[in-house]
Amino acid sequence: MNIQQNTVSENNFEQCIKCTVCTVYCPVAAVNPDYPGPKQAGPDGERLRLKQPGFFDSALKYCLNCKRCEVACPSNVRIGDIIQAARIKYGPQHNTSLRNFVLANTDLVGTLATPFAPIVNTAVGLKPVRYAMDKVMAIDHRRVFPKYAHGTFTAWYRKHAAAAQAAYPKQVAYFHGCYVNYNNPQLGKDLLRVMNALGYGVQLLDKEKCCGVALISNGLHKQARRQAQTNLHAIRTAVNDRGMDVITTSSTCTFTLRDEYPHLLRLENDDVRDRIELATRYLYRLLKEHGKELKFKDTAPLRVAYHTPCHMEKMGWGYYSIELLRMIPGVEVTVLDSQCCGIGGTYGFKKENYATSQAIGAPLFRQIEASGADIVATDCETCKWQIEMSTSKPCEHPLHILASRLA
Amino acid sequence: MNNTYDVIIIGGGATGAGIARDCSLRGVKALLLERSDISTGATGRNHGLLHSGARYAVTDHESAVECIRENMILRKIAAHCVEETDGLFISLPEDGLEYQATFVEACRKAGIRADIIDPLQALRLEPSANPALIGAVRVPDGAVDPFRLTSSNIIDAKAHGAEIRTYTEVTELLREQDRIVGVRAYDHHTRSEMCFYAQVVINAGGIWGHGIAAKAGITINMLPAKGALLIFGHRVNNLVLNRCRKPADADILVPGDTISLIGTTSSKVPFEEVDNMVITPDEVDLLLREGEKLAPQLAQTRILRAYAGVRPLVASDDDPSGRTVSRGIVLLDHATRDGLEGFITITGGKLMTYRLMAEWATDLVCRKIGVNQTCRTAETPLPGSAESRREVDRKLHDKPVVQRRSTISRHGALAVEIDSRDSIKNSLVCECEEVSIGEVEYALENLAVNNLVDLRRRTRVGMGTCQGELCACRAAGLMGRRDPVCARKAKADLVSFLNERWKGMAPIAWGDTLRESEYTTWVYEGVCGLSDETEKTAAQ
Repeated sequence: MNIQQNTVSENNFEQCIKCTVCTVYCPVAAVNPDYPGPKQAGPDGERLRLKQPGFFDSALKYCLNCKRCEVACPSNVRIGDIIQAARIKYGPQHNTSLRNFVLANTDLVGTLATPFAPIVNTAVGLKPVRYAMDKVMAIDHRRVFPKYAHGTFTAWYRKHAAAAQAAYPKQVAYFHGCYVNYNNPQLGKDLLRVMNALGYGVQLLDKEKCCGVALISNGLHKQARRQAQTNLHAIRTAVNDRGMDVITTSSTCTFTLRDEYPHLLRLENDDVRDRIELATRYLYRLLKEHGKELKFKDTAPLRVAYHTPCHMEKMGWGYYSIELLRMIPGVEVTVLDSQCCGIGGTYGFKKENYATSQAIGAPLFRQIEASGADIVATDCETCKWQIEMSTSKPCEHPLHILASRLA
Repeated sequence: MNNTYDVIIIGGGATGAGIARDCSLRGVKALLLERSDISTGATGRNHGLLHSGARYAVTDHESAVECIRENMILRKIAAHCVEETDGLFISLPEDGLEYQATFVEACRKAGIRADIIDPLQALRLEPSANPALIGAVRVPDGAVDPFRLTSSNIIDAKAHGAEIRTYTEVTELLREQDRIVGVRAYDHHTRSEMCFYAQVVINAGGIWGHGIAAKAGITINMLPAKGALLIFGHRVNNLVLNRCRKPADADILVPGDTISLIGTTSSKVPFEEVDNMVITPDEVDLLLREGEKLAPQLAQTRILRAYAGVRPLVASDDDPSGRTVSRGIVLLDHATRDGLEGFITITGGKLMTYRLMAEWATDLVCRKIGVNQTCRTAETPLPGSAESRREVDRKLHDKPVVQRRSTISRHGALAVEIDSRDSIKNSLVCECEEVSIGEVEYALENLAVNNLVDLRRRTRVGMGTCQGELCACRAAGLMGRRDPVCARKAKADLVSFLNERWKGMAPIAWGDTLRESEYTTWVYEGVCGLSDETEKTAAQ
């Protein structure tokens, strides 16, 4: 009898056995009754959309693409991908608002903002400006904006660092991402400091565009695809022609480059995927597996609470950041319960999502306040904004903590 | 109790329901008796194909003409049961292109639009079709939901004064000299016998009509031809796919509601087996092997169920396959044929021609009882089809989009009757098919539901990929709330529903379907404690 050899079709949703554990783990479904939950929005909905595209439910926009449903799924259904792919395929095919355009184009907005950072930062901090943005653009007035840096990371790198980097015996390429470039060049500098201490020079890619995660979630997938092609080309050059691994300091950028490109943008990256690495994991392996050592100066006690970002959870790499922090003398690490902080990139900036966003994060904020930590650490920039806005604690990247204590 | 009618119809399939409607629209007082639920026989066990007639064009011109005429009528009167998908007849290299010319000519002769299209255009229209195809003809095939169609006929018949009794089995035809004057029937609910009288008794029992006629000592030489089908878990194709060759096994793939169906096989079965069809591994194998030729993707698509129906073919020669027997309508007036007044049999035909069969039978009844009314069923829309989907959609704009579209596709204009006033009524019983509490309650109150299996036929509860895993217990709870029965009976109903679901899964139980079924077993036996019930039922 011809038993079907491979029932794992392209329609991955058929593996769903309706156990519904995804919906139990969905941070949005728990707080927003307008969202049907990953099971219904994903595998169930996909079946109906295949029947007739008119079954597309605009409530799918409430998915914050955290992929916790996929982590929970025992049947290996790519639920989050199904939902995002449905938004790409059946959702609005053009940009729907100025707001989404501004939020999604982190690259463009960053380029415009950094030369005038002091003015921009002051302006978006002003109440009237925030109310105006709320009314005109539906960006919630309660949301605190990340500060722009006065001058980009790449400008600093070319001027002050590039020349020295070439001298190191080994080289890695650094995908810095928009956040390091426009908001927090210090994190890029921290990475250089740590890598240099281990004998590695850090190079920029020939060309780097925003990884595109915000474009995807705001319906600008065509632009996302173009940028992804540029990035993959630059990554291939770095890996194949220059023999370098590519590391990033953002868990979401890493995840997007490795997994969202093939799954959502249909861009194959098999040839380079394994060479795209998260900085903390790369460092952990250098220290643990390759016997490299770091020397520390500051060993004062520091209580750090680590928050595992959703995409970090999806990659399964939280362990590396946590262990890296534990290697730092004087640092005492508490691992917070793995749960979404609610920001979801640009999701929590939107007026209609603000309440959901804060409700999702509430248990995490409470745990942070009760933790007695001096500082929260996380590998995701948007989690950092959310935690700093919603709790009394500062939040930094593990590498920043590490670099600041180096000898 | 008044137990006298103008006409008694035996059989609650599409034909019986159609006759009940036609009679009541013409002012003929009708009683319909069905031993089980409506659409349980061949009506509910076929492709759900809205034939254009193209399939029969070459071999059976008369049937082809009937099909295309009824096809156009059903699009108007039963719009909410029909999906106007169109169909393709594809020629594969192994079929050659010779048949195509004959086929197209025969279609045109029968009045069926048949456009030869470029293979590449065919693949653009239907990407799931076998890319090796060398020719394609587009015809006005479609999909029709037999459960909805039958149910709508029943609703309209009732609205015009017909009486419908399901779970009432005819045990005897009451005869006075050379005339049938009524029937004796057994009510399975009250477990009592009763008699009904009428001027004419119509045998619309499908394949079971053979046995019904036998009760009057009449032999109708029927040929039970079993046809097996497979249901795939989602829609693979959006156009009906046929092979452009002489009709053979497993050469039609129909998109029906949320799923796709491949069928059929054709094999002669003895009458003793028609109540319990078993799908053999050979049949599954054949359906898959041939199905993959239509749409290669079927090889990787999850199969939900397998099932079979029995065509009520009237034998005219010794053909054992039943393929070459005419699918034409057979109307027998036993007064002229067998000298027995007051008894007629309507059989043969197919789902597509149910309305025409009903028209013929009702015409004969009217002649016999002297009613001078013409048939209006070809023009009068069925309940649910009086308004366009768009109009109904506008009326229900405040309902969540997925639920709105699902209920409209199931109930047409009657979807407005479904209570959706709050989040409780809108919450889902069946998540795969988006059936809300409001919809289940509507079905329980208005659509003569006696058990969970009946409910499935009215609403699609349990027809999705989970096959009852999540919805069966919820639906059972709602049924229990409406009509408080002892827990024992409710549990027995749940067990029989789940076993009925399993029956369809067993022949194809591998991969994800098996995994899901195991999970369902665990939920119901482990969490709900139904295993005890199974043993008790088995012990009885």
